[in-house]
Parts: sequence; C-alpha cells; structure tokens
Amino acid sequence: MTALRHLMRDPVAAFGLLLVLFALFVAAFAPWLAPFPDDAFESNIMQRLRPPSREFLFGTDNLGRDIFSRVILGTRSALLVAVSVVLAAMMIGVPIGLLAGWRDGWVSEGLMRFTDVFLAVPQLILALALGQLLAPGIFTAMVALALTYWPFFARTVFAETRRLRGALFVDALAGIGAHPARILFLHVLPNAAPAVLVRATIGMGFTILTAAILGFLGVGATPPTPDWGLAVAEARQHLPDAWWFATFPGLAILFLVLGFNLLGDGLRDAADPRLRRSRH
Amino acid sequence: MLRYIARRIALALPALFGLVVLTFILSRVIPGDPAATLAGDSATPAQLADIRARYGLDRPIMEQAWVHMRQVLSGDLGNSIFSGRPVAEDIARRLPATLELTFVALLIATCLGIPLGLVAALNHNGPIDHLVRVLSVGGLAVASFWLAIMLQLQFSMEWDVLPLRGRMDVPLGMPARVTGFLLIDTLLAGRGDMFVDALRHLVLPGVTLALPGLATIARFTRSGVLEALQKDYVLYARAAGYGRFRLATIFVLRNAITVTVTQIGLLFGALISGAVAIEAVFDWPGLGTYAVQAILSADYKALLAVTLVVGVIYAVVNVLVDIAQAMIDPRVALQ
Amino acid sequence: MSPLLDIQSLRVDMRGGAQILDGVSISVAPGQIMGVVGESGCGKSTLLRAMLGILPKGATARGRVMFEGRDILAPAAMARARGRIGFVPQDPYLSLNPTFRAGDQIFEIMRRHAAGGHAAHREKLLELFRAVQLPDPEAALRKYPHEFSGGQRQRLLIAAALSCEPSLVVADEPTTALDVTTQREILGLLREITRARGLSMLFVTHDFGVLASLCDAVSVLYAGRVAEAGATRAVLDRPAHPYTRLLLACHPDRAVELAGIPGTVPPATAQPSGCRFHPRCPQAQADCAVAVPPLLALPEGRALACGHPEAALVQ
Repeated sequence: MTALRHLMRDPVAAFGLLLVLFALFVAAFAPWLAPFPDDAFESNIMQRLRPPSREFLFGTDNLGRDIFSRVILGTRSALLVAVSVVLAAMMIGVPIGLLAGWRDGWVSEGLMRFTDVFLAVPQLILALALGQLLAPGIFTAMVALALTYWPFFARTVFAETRRLRGALFVDALAGIGAHPARILFLHVLPNAAPAVLVRATIGMGFTILTAAILGFLGVGATPPTPDWGLAVAEARQHLPDAWWFATFPGLAILFLVLGFNLLGDGLRDAADPRLRRSRH
Repeated sequence: MLRYIARRIALALPALFGLVVLTFILSRVIPGDPAATLAGDSATPAQLADIRARYGLDRPIMEQAWVHMRQVLSGDLGNSIFSGRPVAEDIARRLPATLELTFVALLIATCLGIPLGLVAALNHNGPIDHLVRVLSVGGLAVASFWLAIMLQLQFSMEWDVLPLRGRMDVPLGMPARVTGFLLIDTLLAGRGDMFVDALRHLVLPGVTLALPGLATIARFTRSGVLEALQKDYVLYARAAGYGRFRLATIFVLRNAITVTVTQIGLLFGALISGAVAIEAVFDWPGLGTYAVQAILSADYKALLAVTLVVGVIYAVVNVLVDIAQAMIDPRVALQ
Repeated sequence: MSPLLDIQSLRVDMRGGAQILDGVSISVAPGQIMGVVGESGCGKSTLLRAMLGILPKGATARGRVMFEGRDILAPAAMARARGRIGFVPQDPYLSLNPTFRAGDQIFEIMRRHAAGGHAAHREKLLELFRAVQLPDPEAALRKYPHEFSGGQRQRLLIAAALSCEPSLVVADEPTTALDVTTQREILGLLREITRARGLSMLFVTHDFGVLASLCDAVSVLYAGRVAEAGATRAVLDRPAHPYTRLLLACHPDRAVELAGIPGTVPPATAQPSGCRFHPRCPQAQADCAVAVPPLLALPEGRALACGHPEAALVQ
C-alpha cells in the first residue's frame, strides 16, 4: 500500500489513474450518460453526417447516429473486451509461468519453449491467424487476443518466480517442510503480484489498441456495435468532409490507452524504483 | 564471438520449429473438410476421394505433418485458395513492399529517436526533456490507423502536399523489378523522377508506422543515458579530462545503446504488426493487405504461410540484433 | 621553494547546506608525497573532487587551490590543469568504461592533454605499461577492462594517470579494493614511479600502515577540518592532536589493548560548535565548545589545530 502512496506523489501517474477511473465511470453509466442511447443500434437517416453542434456534440455519422453517444457507449465494449482478454491471458499465463519458474529441467524448459513459439510471431499476425479458426467477430477476436497475450504474463511470472525461488525466506519455508503448492500460492504469488499488475495494466492499453485495429480491419467488432475502431473504418469513405466522424472515436482510443499506459508506468515505478523505465 | 553467433542461431531454431508445427496444427483444425474446400461445393464423393488421395489428406496425421514439414523447408507453402497461385510466389511478390516500408520506418525511428533520447537525458528535467517524455507516452497510445487517417486528412486532402495512397503515382509507371524495393529499383533504372515520387509516397506511411517505435527508442535511450551518467566511469572520465561533448555523446552512448538495441529487435516485430493496419489505410500492396485479404476470404493457407514467413523474418532480425549487441558490449557474448 | 599544490582555506558546501569542508589548508612541495588520512565522513573524497573539478551539482567551493601558480577552482584554469594532474581512482572495477578497449580510453585522454600524434601516444603508453609492469603491453592495449584482474586494472589506471606527464598525482585510496599482496605491490609501484619521475602525490587513505610506508608528510582530517599536519614519522611517533593519538591507539599494530574512540563522526549537517572533536575528546575543556581552534604552525614543519596544545603536548 506504500506503493499506492508513491503513486499518488507522481502527478503523471495520478493523471493516468484519473483517466482510467473516468473511463470506468463512463462505461458503467453509459446508457444514462449518452444523450441518445438508442443510437447504439438505431439509425436516423435524416440526420446523417451533421457537423458537431450543441445537440450532437461530436456530430452524426453516416446513419445519422449521434457520435458522442456512440463514443460513450463504445467505452463500455472497449473496456469489457480488454478486461476479459487480460483476465483470460492471466489465467493461462500465470500458472504456466509459476510452474516453469518453480521447477527445473524438462518441465520448465518445455513450457518456456512452448511460450517462445507464441512469441515467435508479432502479436497481431498471430491473432489474425488464430482468429480465422472461428467465425469472424468480436468473440473470436477476444479469444485470439487472449491466446496471444498470455505469453507476456507467463514470462513475467516466470522471471519473478525464479527470482523469488532464490530468496532466503523461500528456503526457510521449504526447510520447515511447507508444501510447494502452499509456498507458491501463499508466498510466491503475492510477491509476484506487483509485476503482474503492472503487466496487466499495460496489457489493457495494448489490448484496447489491438482490438481497435481488428475492428478497423473488419475482423473484430461487427456493425452496428459502437466500436471505436469500427467507427473509424466506417468514417473513411466520408472524408474529408465529415472529419468529425473519424476524429472523435480515435481521440477516445488515445485518451483511454494513454490513461492505462501512464498508470502502468506509475505502478512500475512505485513497485520497484530500481526497475524504472529502463526495462519492459 | 563466432561461438556466440552459433549458439544464438541454435537457440532460435526450436521456436521456429514449434511455429511450423503450430501452423500445421492450425491448418488441420480449420473447421470444415479441407478436401471439400479445395473441391468446391458441388463435388461428388468420388471427386472428394480423389482430391484426398491427391493431396495426401487420407494419410495418417503424423505422415501429413512430416510431409508438411518437408514442403515448408523446401519453400512450398501451398496454393492460395483464393487465387490458386502458389502462396510462396504471392508472398515473394508482396514482401519487398512491406520490408521497404518497415526499413524506412525503422530508419526514421532510430535516426530521430536516439538523438531525441540523448538530448532529453542531457537536458534532464528541462523543457526538451518534458517534451520528449510526452512524445514517448503519447506515441504509444495513439491508434496507428487513426493517426494515418488524420495525417491523410491534413497532408493529402487539405493541403495536397503528400500523396494519398499507393507506392507510386500511376501515370509514372513502375521501374523494372530487380529487388522489389522501389527506392533501389528506381535508381537502378536511372529514373530520378520515379525515385522522388516513391520517396514522397513513403513519407506518410513511414512516419505513421515509425511513431510508436520512435517513442520507445527515445524513451529507452533517455533512460539508458541517464543511468550511464551516474556511473563511476563517467566521473573518472571527467576527472581525467575527457571533452564534455565527446563524453556526452560517444562515451555514454555506447553504454546506453545496448538497451536500445534490444528494443530494436522487439520493435521490428511491432513494425511488422503495425504495417498491417498502415498498409490497409494507404492501399500499400504489401504482406499486410495480403494477410487481411486472406482473412476476409478465408484463405487459411495464405494466412498461415504469412505467419510462418513473418516468424522467420522476426527470428532472423532478433539474432542479428543480439549479435550487434555482443559487438557493442563484449560482455554480452560471455553469457 | 614554493609549493606545487597549495590548498588555501578550502570550503565546500553541498546543495542543501551540508558543510563538508571548512577551511582546509594543505601544502604539497614538489616531489613530496603527502598523505591525507581520516575516517569515513571526514571529507577526504570531497577534497579530491574539489581539486579535480568534479564536485556534484549544487556544491559550492570557496577558498583557493593554487596549483603551479594558478587557482584551479576557476573552471578555465581547471580545464588547462587537467593534463598536469593525474588521477588514480579508488575502484578499478567501476572506473573504466566496459564498452571501450583499455588503450582507446587512455588514448582519448592523451589526445586532449598530451602533445604529439597517435603514434607517439602509442609508444608512450606502451612504455608506461611496461613501467607499471602490465603483462604483454601490446595485447593489453586492445583488451577490454573486464579481461584484466583487479590489480592489473589498477596498474592500468596508474599508467593512465601518468600518460599526460603530470607533475602531481592524486590518488584516492587506490588499494582499498585489492587483496593484501596486490596492495603491497601497487604501493611499491607507486612509490617507485613517483620517486623516479620526481612527481608529487596527494594520497588519500584511512590506513596508517599504508601511510607510514608511502608518505613523506601527512595531514589528518577530521569532520572537514585539518586536525594536525607534519612529517609522517613525527606525527606517528609523537602525535600532537588528541584525535590522532586516539586514532593511532586503535591501530592493531600499535595498541597494547584495542581501544575505540567513543562517539561517532558528526554528520555534515549537524556539526558541533567550536572544535568539532570536542564531544569525543578526552581532554576537552569548557572553551573547546566555543572557539574554533586555528591551524597553527609548530616547529619542525608541523601544524596543529587544538585549543589546548599544552595539554596535548604534555602526553
């Protein structure tokens, strides 16, 4: 908890936290905050492509829907997708990392080589390859993203477990006969938690961006979902006139990802000042 | 050193092998009957059986895997379901476009990123430092495709100073294909006008692709230099009378660069990923658009082949990066 | 003869107000090896850093450091003096840049401060490598720092210090990081080289044994001030300052029973008033807490800063 206090002293990280909390608030109360909540799926052709005004703060899109409302509603799906992906990746990666870090020999080597295979290809490419196994859509995208992000958790937890395995207190615990599972879950895992948390926060930002790219390419969210990436794709044909259509969803992505990145950096600095920004 | 190189290459092989196995598994896990996909909707059972025999799809799975391995190693990546042509050919045709874009982006990212990071570190807590830090964070938070579109909006549509799409203006035609890299081929063909045009087309996509990398490199160079400046050998060098400028640049940079060089390896992977979206925005005829097209047309052979090729390139780049690192900091080779 | 190095009333304050050095005066004659001895926290390192122009940011130095007739506290004079002062740092492991070859690092220094071209420098350095007894000098030029042992690295640094033909060598406890046998070799080397070339040396140490075997004269530092100074033999045999006496009594070679000095060195931010040693001094009197004793000259080239020298000399 002293880490939290450290965090509050860092204005940049505090700003990130603010952005994230704001986004969480918006996502939670989206249907009540959006002036036109039905624009998630209803169209109003008469009002298509109107520039920003008092009634439509961000203008309207090609189907006459209020972009401001759709950006607010999009926050919800962006966060839900990101949280699910990161949690799923954690649930796969953390146990693998723990096991590989704790044991030696074949088990450890095998698991880490297995992890390396998934890291052999840049994430987006692998996500595309995995994504085509299932019908294209947001669920497929989420599965694919989770399956490509877990190695990062595995690696982090592996490094932490190895580091802690050599720690004196672990030796002491093993010496008095504590069961390995007990040591792992009650002692190693809590100590590895800060690194995992940092990785998860940065992973949130990363997932939001990648999910947006998938939406943009047409292999993520499908219409009429108010997905930010999808919106930018839809906006392309209406440039340069309807500039508001492409601009605002992209700005939303920028601020949300910025928030998570700043928060993640701040957490990393707070957790271990020695790590700083010199390592990933 | 040679031993280190050999060791490093050997380390990369298991992952690549695993990748080939993975792509094979994926190709067999695709829902639907591969024979039916190849034959088409109205195939008779006899035709299906025939196709199965011809493509060896009725063989035991291990034998299929072995055949697959042999094929991949000999460069046969199958035929595209979409175009019918060998995938390897398609990829060979499109790869240079992506590589050229990626190299230009890498160049921009390093040539701007390293000096920016250095200046920021030497100007610690000053205005330039703050600016670079903002850039470092912002550059990683911006959606590449969105930035690309915004830049297109401003520079192509509004001001009309840079081209909107493609690698070259259609009326100019294309130079004779020697390497596939337009910047080289145009010069080889002696066409200065084509060279300039190709360069102009590389600006927007190159800059957009470079931005996250620039941000990362600036950030790591900055922290690397800051860390190096604290070291005792810097103190000793100052006492012994090293020149201030040389101290700040050559002396300290060598030590800070090792971290940055590692980043370049990871960066390359990010660049290739990023190229997919950027190519989509700029209609760039490279591997990225090929991959997206493959996904949308369910051409799994093409997509898996792209995955494999990208994996190999990535592995090669990482090995080269590690070797470069060992040359800069000889202690690395001892690990 | 005028001194080669004349530190006059050097005061160094750190950012934040901590006063590390308060009116230190030390004089080194040409060809003389002057030892500076004191416990950790007495300001030895700061003294060196002030002389070499590498004080940390925010530190202010007042007073004068006259070297070859010029005050080198001024940056311009410092820059010019760099080639004339050789520096042998304390830690051979950390002082060399691991990514540069040994020869290249030293050539860089010579490029700026030594006359002649690269070929001449190379010859000179090889000769120096032989003088400091580095095995296989030609190969050594191309090796990286981690390829040398600790003792060899220290020899490298000594060669580097001599590379620009200095008149003064400043050494910061250069043998502390080495094992005892290597220590003796290096000390012997230093003595031989400085004598042979007629160099002066300012040698910082906390070890009396080293002091005795190497230095002609000594200045004893306590809490940023000089407690006493004089010829090494004289100070060691007949210490005048209570602090020196107690310090020597702690030395295993000389003590009948090992004594300690009660109390601890005061922190730089909370120095005692008057004589800084008075809280721990067995002979402290009432006025010791009030008046700062000046460094007075005594016969036989000695100096002493004590409020009650009669009481001190009686012992």
